[in-house]
Amino acid sequence: MQIELLVNGRIHRVDTDLERSLLNVLREDLDLTGTKYGCGEGECGACTVLLDGQPARSCLTPANAAAGKPITTIEGLEKDGALHPLQQAFLDADALQCGYCTSGMILAGAALLQKNSSPQPDDIIHAMQGNICRCGTYPRIIHAIQSAAASMKRGEHV
Amino acid sequence: MSDAVFEKLAALTPDRRSFLKALGGGLTFLLTFEADAQESGANGHHGRGHSLPENISAWLHIGEDNTITVFTGKVEVGQNARTALTQAVSEELRTPPQAIRLVMGDTDRTPFDMGTFGSRTTPTMAPQLRRAAVAARETLLDLAARRWKVGASSLEAANGCVRNPATGKTISFGELTKGQSFVQSIGPVKVDKPLSRSLAKVDGRDFVTGKHRFTADLKRPGMLYGGILRPPAFHATVSSLDTSTAEKLPGVHVVHDGDFIGVTAPNSLAVTRALAAIKATWKTEPQPSNKNLFEYLKANPDGDAASEVVRSSVIAVDGNRPQLWTTYHISYIAHVPLEPRAAVAEWNGSKLTVWTGTQRPFGVRSELAEAFHLPEESVRVLVPDTGSAYGGKHTGECAVEAATLAKAVGRPIKLVWTREEEFTWAYFRPAGVIEIRSAVGKDGRITAWEFHNYNSGASGITMPYDVPNQEIVYHPSRSPLRQGSYRGLASTANNFARESHMDDLARAAGLDPLAFRLKNLTNQRLRAVLTAAAERFGWGRAKVGANRGAGLACGTEKGGYVATCAEISVDPDTRNVKVERVVTAFECGAIVNPDQLKNQVEGAGLMGLGGALFEAIQFANGRILNPKLSEYRVPRFSDLPALETILLNRRDLDSSGAGETPIMAIAPAIGNAIYDALQIRVRALPMAPHIVRG
Ligand code: FES
Ligand code: FES
Repeated sequence: MQIELLVNGRIHRVDTDLERSLLNVLREDLDLTGTKYGCGEGECGACTVLLDGQPARSCLTPANAAAGKPITTIEGLEKDGALHPLQQAFLDADALQCGYCTSGMILAGAALLQKNSSPQPDDIIHAMQGNICRCGTYPRIIHAIQSAAASMKRGEHV
Repeated sequence: MSDAVFEKLAALTPDRRSFLKALGGGLTFLLTFEADAQESGANGHHGRGHSLPENISAWLHIGEDNTITVFTGKVEVGQNARTALTQAVSEELRTPPQAIRLVMGDTDRTPFDMGTFGSRTTPTMAPQLRRAAVAARETLLDLAARRWKVGASSLEAANGCVRNPATGKTISFGELTKGQSFVQSIGPVKVDKPLSRSLAKVDGRDFVTGKHRFTADLKRPGMLYGGILRPPAFHATVSSLDTSTAEKLPGVHVVHDGDFIGVTAPNSLAVTRALAAIKATWKTEPQPSNKNLFEYLKANPDGDAASEVVRSSVIAVDGNRPQLWTTYHISYIAHVPLEPRAAVAEWNGSKLTVWTGTQRPFGVRSELAEAFHLPEESVRVLVPDTGSAYGGKHTGECAVEAATLAKAVGRPIKLVWTREEEFTWAYFRPAGVIEIRSAVGKDGRITAWEFHNYNSGASGITMPYDVPNQEIVYHPSRSPLRQGSYRGLASTANNFARESHMDDLARAAGLDPLAFRLKNLTNQRLRAVLTAAAERFGWGRAKVGANRGAGLACGTEKGGYVATCAEISVDPDTRNVKVERVVTAFECGAIVNPDQLKNQVEGAGLMGLGGALFEAIQFANGRILNPKLSEYRVPRFSDLPALETILLNRRDLDSSGAGETPIMAIAPAIGNAIYDALQIRVRALPMAPHIVRG
């Protein structure tokens, strides 16, 4: 079956079995491998993408259910060569060790920042509870989200 | 600089050294190690497959095109070795880190390396590379001095160039190496004191943009996806098999050889479906379960491995009748690297290339060579920077499986283990039983210490406190589950038992836990971290509130010294424990990169929190009962305590690794805090199941 996926502002026509997960179609058919597999059961958040602006677990989302809706993956967060403020904040705070959780963390964090322009640590913990960093960089991720919020407020980034 | 620097090494003439040829002209600095400086000692195996001197550990090359390339068999698994090593070279070569490229863990292009483990990368590799970079800088200054006919000491290196401050003239490194092709060998060196500053992850941008390709992200032309049909239990054998339905699925191949049953298909859902379509029955055998694990470990000594008496120095037995006997139980736990094992295998004739995330690229190359009866030089293993390992990625099963499938179907194959496979078919941190008997005198000094560890390992088993009479023995058992390396090895278990017991002894002696420890401790480095952590925590100054408790613990292993103070709260109804605040003081000699070090200390502490409170593998009859993240709890955001980290910088001492030791004090600190809050002593890891209600 042909479906249309609207990923990072581009339309992709994919011929696929409709039961395949969005995660697998992104990775295997579109070669957008920034979205990661970590568990396949919605428990780790490594596969987080934005679907219609909301964080979604692409491992549990059938590709078909995502058809026609705007999808943002980590590859689409950069705008004209400029990093999203949260990507920059992750670099500045060194909020990664192995970096395998990073895409999912940044997308979940970016979604939070859209709803809450000055999240407190408790808000972040609540919103990000479903994202695992096995390397334990949680304190730095909280710090990065807060400093991205601050720099977005100052209008340092669009 | 001596002219010896300019001598080509006769044994390394470029015509015999194709790797050097491939680099083109320029300067090459070979680092040699003493044989015994290699991490696991001499296995008589160094450099097979290379026609190189046996003991080369890395090389650094400066090319005519200004490229600076470092080749090392070490790998990047999240411990930031790439950054630390780049930093070492960048600082000494006075060149921005962006100009330096590190080729890591590629068995065709990097020298043999035992593996990246044991916290040895920073202590052994960074100083060597630093020294090579110093030699390179001196050579470049010398070349410029000859060219300009001035003294080398009047010149300086900056920004990838040599500069004459008197004239303002500059010349790039590449220009200086034009027409040169010499090789210098640099022997083992004493550590140069590293500079302490923080360099951010060198290729961090690739990670925050999703560009970095982990093994599971690689694609090869014509590649298919692979999957393995797993037996229902360990040690099961196939008794009947029907693959006909699976074979009819479009694009699916079934590969079957004895108990190996795998499939390949055009995408991973097709793989899952093909595996589900195979009908197999298996013969299984009864096996122990975690319910009777601890009796089993004590009753089943490993027949091949003798008990290891680590220390036995009984001076006087009289008056040292044991006052305290305690037993501790340690569960198996899993590493749970967020990137499960993965491999991409590709055959070109009889040459096999495998990309895989492993801590031992050369070990995996040997496994592959053996599995396919190939000479090692016909196998190439490459390790893309990997989604962590924590000691869990030493072996090459996934690589062998991918290569088996690839060979059978004649196409490159990507095999990514599912989370369930990662939980089941890798290996675990050993479970164990620890027994301690001790005595303390009226003056508060420990007089006798007897320590027996069954199966969990000998790492961190020695007694850091001063005790005249000691007997410390490690008894290996026949483990019912496959076990192996883990962050900090057994030091977490041994230190948990020891430091929990120390608190009980302090109570027996009527002393405060901190005062009791200090009274029995002359090791200055351990005293320093203990006092630093206690002071920052405010130990003894303020009483913690109701349903709260405070505990401390310290320990040393692999040249690192750690002390942790923890404050916990307990929900009075559920008895759920939350770790509220953790203060850790850590010292591992001279600090190379303070920010990365802090990151490692915090990360190790958080990982240790999981093993302390809730991580445990459940199993029965050769099956793992909780092989999912929904069934095996790892620390999450809400588990995060307020963390304070104190780094003591001993610039007068060599640097030791930092990825492991900081994990060892958190569990006993939490256990001691639980006792403080509830007057319940939990002598088992994980602790939470022993206290929660309901
Ligand atoms: S892979 Fe989707 S939540 Fe883990
Ligand atoms: S950085 Fe390794 S899992 Fe988060």
